[in-house]
Amino acid sequence: MHELSIAMSIIDMAQEEAERRNVRVEAVHLELGALAGVVKEALLFSYGIACDGTLLEGSRLVVKDVPIEVFCPSCNLPKTLTSMQWFHCPDCGAATSEVLHGKELLITAMELKQ
Amino acid sequence: MNTEPRLLEVRKNVLKQNDVLARALRDRFRAQHTSVISLVSSPGAGKTMLLERTLTLLSGRYRIAALVGDLATENDAQRLARSGVPVKQIVTGTVCHLEAAMVERALDGWDVGQLDLLFVENVGNLVCPASYDLGEDLRLVMLSVTEGEDKPLKYPTIFNSADAAVITKCDLAAAVDFDEMAALANIQAVRPGMPVFLLSAKSGEGIDNYLEFLTRELHRKCSDVVNENGWPVEVH
Repeated sequence: MHELSIAMSIIDMAQEEAERRNVRVEAVHLELGALAGVVKEALLFSYGIACDGTLLEGSRLVVKDVPIEVFCPSCNLPKTLTSMQWFHCPDCGAATSEVLHGKELLITAMELKQ
Repeated sequence: MNTEPRLLEVRKNVLKQNDVLARALRDRFRAQHTSVISLVSSPGAGKTMLLERTLTLLSGRYRIAALVGDLATENDAQRLARSGVPVKQIVTGTVCHLEAAMVERALDGWDVGQLDLLFVENVGNLVCPASYDLGEDLRLVMLSVTEGEDKPLKYPTIFNSADAAVITKCDLAAAVDFDEMAALANIQAVRPGMPVFLLSAKSGEGIDNYLEFLTRELHRKCSDVVNENGWPVEVH
C-alpha cells in the first residue's frame, strides 16, 4: 500500500504548481499505466484523504488508464496488449519484453477553478 | 459564459524525485565499477537465506556488501553478518518498499568504490517495490515452490520489472506437488526470455548455475575493468 505516499506526492507537486501560478485547482489529471504498480481505487481513496488541509482540499483526481504497449519484433510495430498476463503480440503471437507504454505515473493537466 | 473547464497542461512524473536519484546512484555505481543486484519477493520466499548463502560463497572471490530492508527488525542483518561481509539494515518503519533515497542514506560512511558487488534485499512485498528504481543493475525476483505456480500471473508488474527469476526451496518441490513446467510457462508469459534458476539455498542444489549467472553478469558489466587501485574484477 504505497498509494498514500504517491497521492501525497501528486498533491505536493500540484500544490507547488498552483502556488507558483496563483491559481485554484478543481481537478488533477493523471495518466496511470497498467504496469505502474499503482492500484487506481486505492490511489483515489488516498487522494481524498491526503487533500484535506491542503490547497487542493475538495479537488478531484481524474485518472486516465494507459494500456500496455509493446514493440513486436516480428511485426516491427507497436502493439497494445490485451492482457498483462501475456506479453506476446496480439496479432502474430511473438514474445516481446520491450515495453513502450504502460509504466506512466504522470500528472498531465490541472483543471482550474473559474 | 464559458462553461468549459480551464485546463492547465503540465507534464510531471510523480516518481521523478526517486527516478532522478536512482539514475544518479546508477551512474555513481558504474563510475566506481560496483555492480548492484537487488532481490524482491513476497515475505518468506527465502531472500535472506539465499543471500546469506550467496555472500558466503562469493566473499572469497569478490569484495561484497549488502543492504537489507525490513519493516521492523534487524534480524536479517544479524543473519547476513554471519557471512563475514559488511551488512547494513534499512528499517523502513511502515514503508512497504525501499526507495533510492533510503539506499543512498544507507551507503553513507561506506566506500562504495572499494566494492565489486553490492546486494540490496528489498522488503518482502511483490507489489510496491515494482514502482521504485533503486539504481540497481540487475533485479532478481524470487518465488518459492510453496507459493504456487501462478504467482507470476498474479504479480505480473514485479515479474516484468525484473531481469532474472529464482525459484527457491526446490528441496520441498515434491512435498508440495510443485508443477515446475507451469511455473516456468507463467514466468515466460509475463516476461518472455527471462532467465530462471531453480535452487535450494538449504541443500545447495542449483546454486552453481545461479552463481555462474551472477558472476557472468558481473563480468559483462565490468568487462575490461580494473578498479582505480588496480584490483581486477575477475574470478580466480
